[in-house]
Amino acid sequence: MKVEHATQSSRIGVALALAVVVILALAPFWGARETLRLLAEMFTYVALASLWNLLAGYAGLVSVGQQTFVGLGGYLLFALAMLLGVHPIAAILLAGPISALVSVPVAALIFRLRGAYFAIGTWVVAEVFRLVASQVSVMGGGSGISLPVSIVIAMAPSRQAREFGIYWLALALVVVVLVAIFVLLRSRHGLALTAVRDNELAAESSGIDVTRLKFIVYVLTAFGTGMVGALIFLMKLRISPDTAFSVNDWTAFVIFITVIGGIGRIEGPIIGTIIFFAMRQMLADLGSIYLLMMGAIAIAVMLFAPKGLWGLLAERFGWQALPLQRRLVIVEGTKGKP
Amino acid sequence: MTEWINVILQGVLIGGLYAMFAAGLSLIFGVMRLVNIAHGDLIVLAAYLALLVTQGLGFDPLTSLLLVVPGMALIGYALQRGLLNFTLGDDLLPPLLVTFGLSIIIQNGLLELFTADSRRLQAGPIEIQSFQLGGFFIGVLPLVQFIVAVAVIAGLQLLFYRTPLGRAFRATSDDQSVAQLMGLDTRHVFAMAMALALAVIAVAGVLLAVRANFDPAIGPARLIFGFESVIIGGLGSMWGTLAGGVILGVSQAIGAQINPGWQVLAGHIVFLVVLAVRPQGLFPKVAG
Repeated sequence: MKVEHATQSSRIGVALALAVVVILALAPFWGARETLRLLAEMFTYVALASLWNLLAGYAGLVSVGQQTFVGLGGYLLFALAMLLGVHPIAAILLAGPISALVSVPVAALIFRLRGAYFAIGTWVVAEVFRLVASQVSVMGGGSGISLPVSIVIAMAPSRQAREFGIYWLALALVVVVLVAIFVLLRSRHGLALTAVRDNELAAESSGIDVTRLKFIVYVLTAFGTGMVGALIFLMKLRISPDTAFSVNDWTAFVIFITVIGGIGRIEGPIIGTIIFFAMRQMLADLGSIYLLMMGAIAIAVMLFAPKGLWGLLAERFGWQALPLQRRLVIVEGTKGKP
Repeated sequence: MTEWINVILQGVLIGGLYAMFAAGLSLIFGVMRLVNIAHGDLIVLAAYLALLVTQGLGFDPLTSLLLVVPGMALIGYALQRGLLNFTLGDDLLPPLLVTFGLSIIIQNGLLELFTADSRRLQAGPIEIQSFQLGGFFIGVLPLVQFIVAVAVIAGLQLLFYRTPLGRAFRATSDDQSVAQLMGLDTRHVFAMAMALALAVIAVAGVLLAVRANFDPAIGPARLIFGFESVIIGGLGSMWGTLAGGVILGVSQAIGAQINPGWQVLAGHIVFLVVLAVRPQGLFPKVAG
């Protein structure tokens, strides 16, 4: 017997995923400027939602405070680029490890809270970061600051080169995040994580150090979220405490995306992002009514299809787009042998 | 010196309000292990209901409680039976996400109906009345609010330990399935707990609305203040919650006195310090 990951649907899925990445990588040659912008924004949301999904969907750490690390990453980009003259791309790369480092004491504190209280605790932390950021006068205090033109121009001389560069950067980042999550889930730790997702108590009694595993996932998620945050604010070119640590933009939307797409499944956030942006393109003119509908849809999905859209499809047709599940396969010739 | 004592006094009085935010949160968590992310937005909803009642019927804010409190209790009962009961179970994700969605719905619903303008309830001359006590000026309104808060918490305490409903709450809190076996309809018990929590919220919301400006976006911060009071005071203890609220109020008042930008931050920092050195809270429920 042997353990296999791939199924028919996952072979198609992987081939399709590779094809999509190639097509997206060529987008600067076929897409308009607005398309590139929209796609890059979608990439950042796929990355954020995938990271949140890892945290909440697999490790059971329901955080409503991931804006802590989006904002931290953004401010790190501005601080490193403006105060220390670090190249913005290097600053994005540095934002990852620094965010992970900051997340260690944060985790040590809020891991004292359980379950739902943990969720609100993460929110308090995000508020602390927001309030502290608004006291930092070199970063513009409460009203925020723009990235100086000289730094922007130093990245690439022409506007087109900059736009292409940022687009590819966003694509690269989301691919790295997704591949990293995929590799993590395929590994021994991923198996442990899936066990924790399905039944924490059973996982613990099978010898998994659940608390340690959760801690590692929290720090890794902060790493990724910090980098994505830095990229987001490189795209925006302006940062303020309220936008950087916004609970709506970086948590409510991300939760909505993950829940609709399918929580606890790697494909969920991708599907969710597509639905979210399709809805936004159609309904954004409605303003607060649109957000109200979003909340109602999220509640309906949670009640009637708690595994989200991808969960429905996966269960109905036995699909998996990426080879993650482990199946036992009887190999011919070994049959009957002990 | 007198200035500082005055600051602390103001903090204590506002702490009563925070304790009321916290009491509802603590009650719901105690009975059904639900943390209601929409708690703060429901406080704001109560404030807007009071606004409608005072403007539409010409009631003063205090009288409006006669309509707002039962109104919110009714909303609470319906919300629990119609929606939240279906989310309860071993998995903590559904209740969290559903109440998070609810929070977005309430915020944007209020925004749509009332715009983002700041509102305030007019309470008349009581707003500025004060009296002198040993060299300190105490506002009548803040004092009334604090007394109401203490009364509400004492009332909850009595209800919990002296009435059949309170017994049902405690039984369900201890063991839901055994409570069910003893003939309690937990769906009803949960709904009653939510109704009671929203009745408390209604009082808090109206008092908040008389004291300060409010708009549809201030809910989440009220949730956080309530939550911090619960954790500082210690889970499961009503009087601890009052102490937690007072500590939070005083921390904020002192922070604001040092630097206006530090008001809320000072409260958060005290919360984090308590979490670091005494995660069970200052006055946790004693066993037995």
